[in-house]
Amino acid sequence: MIKEKFTFAEEVKPQAGGGWYLVPADKIVEVCKTLRDDYKFDCLSCLTGIDLVDYFEVVYHLFSYSEKKPLVLKVKLEKQSSTMPSVSAIWPSANWMEREVFDLLGIKFENHPDLRRIMLPEDWAGHPLQKSYKEPEEYCGMSTKR
Amino acid sequence: MLTLYKQLPNFILTTKLDELLNWCRKSSVWYMLFATACCGIELMQTGGPRCDWDRFGAVPRSTPRQSDLMIIAGTISYKMAVCTRRLYDQMPDPKYVIAMGSCANCGGLFKHSYSVLKGIDKVMPVDIYVPGCPPRPEALTDGLLKLQEKMQKEKFLRS
Repeated sequence: MIKEKFTFAEEVKPQAGGGWYLVPADKIVEVCKTLRDDYKFDCLSCLTGIDLVDYFEVVYHLFSYSEKKPLVLKVKLEKQSSTMPSVSAIWPSANWMEREVFDLLGIKFENHPDLRRIMLPEDWAGHPLQKSYKEPEEYCGMSTKR
Repeated sequence: MLTLYKQLPNFILTTKLDELLNWCRKSSVWYMLFATACCGIELMQTGGPRCDWDRFGAVPRSTPRQSDLMIIAGTISYKMAVCTRRLYDQMPDPKYVIAMGSCANCGGLFKHSYSVLKGIDKVMPVDIYVPGCPPRPEALTDGLLKLQEKMQKEKFLRS
């Protein structure tokens, strides 16, 4: 159904497990809005980011309570910009999950109402789930040695 | 410690002032109600009626300003370590610290994490280390008894 509606979305079906749709980053708000309003995907159950060395991937797990079915969207994101639009206006639950992805991976979400670190301290340097992250020797005078 | 001379009339007790003070201190170890992770569940169990720390004079206090003992029960992240050190600084001297469980001892399960402190002894001095993940209430009680032994031996007035 999504394939007819969004021709730009690429369907990926692995041999095992459920498939997903690959959506371009600049189309994600449009796709998500349509999925919520026309396809009853009323719940964004999980929003995560992955550092795949060459590029970032942002994964959206949607769920429809009335239709009782899940849907997975993925967005490939270039490391140079690492900026993409926020879906927090569509599902308010995206607010904190996008903050978490920003906190740990450094992906910046445009039009997010309050994009700041959610778990790590405000003065933390770097984004620790990036593969290129190097752990500093100490934090606030505390040694990080094991 | 207290030597009871039963032969003396009216049960006179003789002791050293040091030892009397230490006996008083060790019999009223007030610990701070503070837990950061799953060890806190065992800490509640230890303070509860079955293990009953009250019989050793240890009762929980909800403010560091009334506490003698801080039990680090659980994983300490760097963000929490700053707050934990502030709580420790607010406690009046003499103060004691029990590191409860693997996480407080050395980072434990999370020692390869980027955000977890590798042992509370990097932030504050520790008197007793209780191993376990989490330690059973019996182990923590043993830690308290060891701490009481340590307090009893202190030369408090001759420093």
